[in-house]
Amino acid sequence: MGGATETFYSVIRRQGMTRRSFHKFCSLTAASLGLGPLAASSIANALETKPRLPVIWLHGLECTCCSESFIRSAHPLIKDALLSMISLDYDDTIMAAAGHQAEAILEETRAKYRGRYVLAVEGNPPLNEGGMFCIDGGKPFVEKLRSMAEESMAIIAWGTCASWGCVQAAKPNPTGAAPIDKVITNKPIIKVPGCPPIAEVMSGLVTFITTFGKLPELDRQGRPSMFYSERIHDKCYRRSHFDAGQFVEEWDDKYARKGYCLYKMGCKGPTTYNACSALRWNGGVSFPIQSGHGCFGCSEDGFWDKGSFYDRLTTIKQFGIEENADQIGMAAAGVVGLTVAAHAAVTAVKRLTHKPDRAAHKSKPS
Amino acid sequence: MFGNDIGDRARKLFAAVDAKPTEWSIGIAISYAPVRLWHWVNAAAILMLSLTGYVIGTGTPAMSGEASGNFLFGYIRFAHFSAGYVLSIGFLLRIYWALIGNAHAMQIFWVPLWRKCLWREVYHEIRWYAFLTVEPERPVGRNRLAQLAMFFMFTQTITFMVVTGFALYGQGADTDSWQYKLFGWVFSIWPNSQDVHTWHHLGLWVIVTFALVHIYAVVREDSWRAGASL
Repeated sequence: MGGATETFYSVIRRQGMTRRSFHKFCSLTAASLGLGPLAASSIANALETKPRLPVIWLHGLECTCCSESFIRSAHPLIKDALLSMISLDYDDTIMAAAGHQAEAILEETRAKYRGRYVLAVEGNPPLNEGGMFCIDGGKPFVEKLRSMAEESMAIIAWGTCASWGCVQAAKPNPTGAAPIDKVITNKPIIKVPGCPPIAEVMSGLVTFITTFGKLPELDRQGRPSMFYSERIHDKCYRRSHFDAGQFVEEWDDKYARKGYCLYKMGCKGPTTYNACSALRWNGGVSFPIQSGHGCFGCSEDGFWDKGSFYDRLTTIKQFGIEENADQIGMAAAGVVGLTVAAHAAVTAVKRLTHKPDRAAHKSKPS
Repeated sequence: MFGNDIGDRARKLFAAVDAKPTEWSIGIAISYAPVRLWHWVNAAAILMLSLTGYVIGTGTPAMSGEASGNFLFGYIRFAHFSAGYVLSIGFLLRIYWALIGNAHAMQIFWVPLWRKCLWREVYHEIRWYAFLTVEPERPVGRNRLAQLAMFFMFTQTITFMVVTGFALYGQGADTDSWQYKLFGWVFSIWPNSQDVHTWHHLGLWVIVTFALVHIYAVVREDSWRAGASL
């Protein structure tokens, strides 16, 4: 597959892209990363001179939506460029090779680019029953993951599956599916959560790594801060309705038609770190809230297990019942209130019956 | 070292409290001006926080007119955050007062759970509230059961609310803010902040429950005393 001396630029030109389009791509990428005007030429320079970054793309338990998203990165020309930018040496979903030929590439990359390739993982490994719930190339996927991670430079955990566990790790999680950072602990892991992640976030991240030859700054949760430092809520175009106290009360009411805030409809924008409200989807066309539906919080940890997507106060399962904080709290306060009332009544009765005693007690303090 | 110092101090202070005879004066427990002042500022802040917090959790009925002409939810959140600052600063000053003040000031922060006599007194207080004994051992202001309730329901909950509150505030204030830097570790415990919202909201109900019992116990004590002195 990819030779070590081939640069991105030579691949791009070979694929028939003009130099003009190439520079357009560089400027667009610089702009989308929020870099200064000079960064476009640095990106161009890097792509022209640096050898391509070998990438091994593994698939565990997943739905391939990350790949689907990635190959739709904003612009068709950019898509082509990105598939060539990295030397995607192995990706069983879209590669031509199959069977033993494909598996041989893994061994070759492991030996040839020891410590210099990036391992991109889409999906996650199930750990129960020795990993038998996901067999890949005749072996449990978890073994393949461990062996490829051993010699890699860094790991990109694509999507919520690899970052947090997602649907296959939702309760009760019969296969024991676990996010990558629970399995691989000795390598830098970049989490790119989202179900799927935004195409431009994925291509932007790859561009950053190939351009600067280093990993981006990560936040507390291990996500690249350039895309995950703000919540959907912080840049939501409906934010003014939130601050004004204008909320949709029911789907399809007049407030929904007016485009009010979806807070009461259970929108998870206030608790979800992602770039949807800034970058949007499908080349900047729209994002869920713009299409009239609240955010699911798909890029957050355990989003399948946090109760309904349509409730503001989500249910608490820790008590073995599915009630939200208000229901639990009101019940507790109610019980205590009744107890207090009953106690007050008994006190009053006792007071009346014990009056003579108390007078006697007064003379001898305890 | 420091811990030991506090331990010694607290032991001495409690010895002083124990040595004092029980007097029928609720005032003695909270008669000290700073604690009294703190109590009412704190109560007002809690009232404001509870009301605004409940509304923030449920949302307001829709306001008519343009978004540019309204800022209702913004004002509610502003009130919540301001009251949160008042409560937090008050709580810090209260801790300071506990360290330099008298034994009573220390009570809600220091519960010697390992002391047998504490449990004996708690047992006695439970019996008193269960109408099984006629006289309480100490007035409500400093009985051991009240102290336990204060420590577990008030002190702990308020600490939890301050920490989670600032963590959630830090999310809005940006990840570069001091609030996020200081309290962001909360999201290492609950990576999905929806959980933090849920627990913070549940904390409101713990405080409400506490307030119910607290107010009842005080009113009952007051009227009992009034009855006794008649």
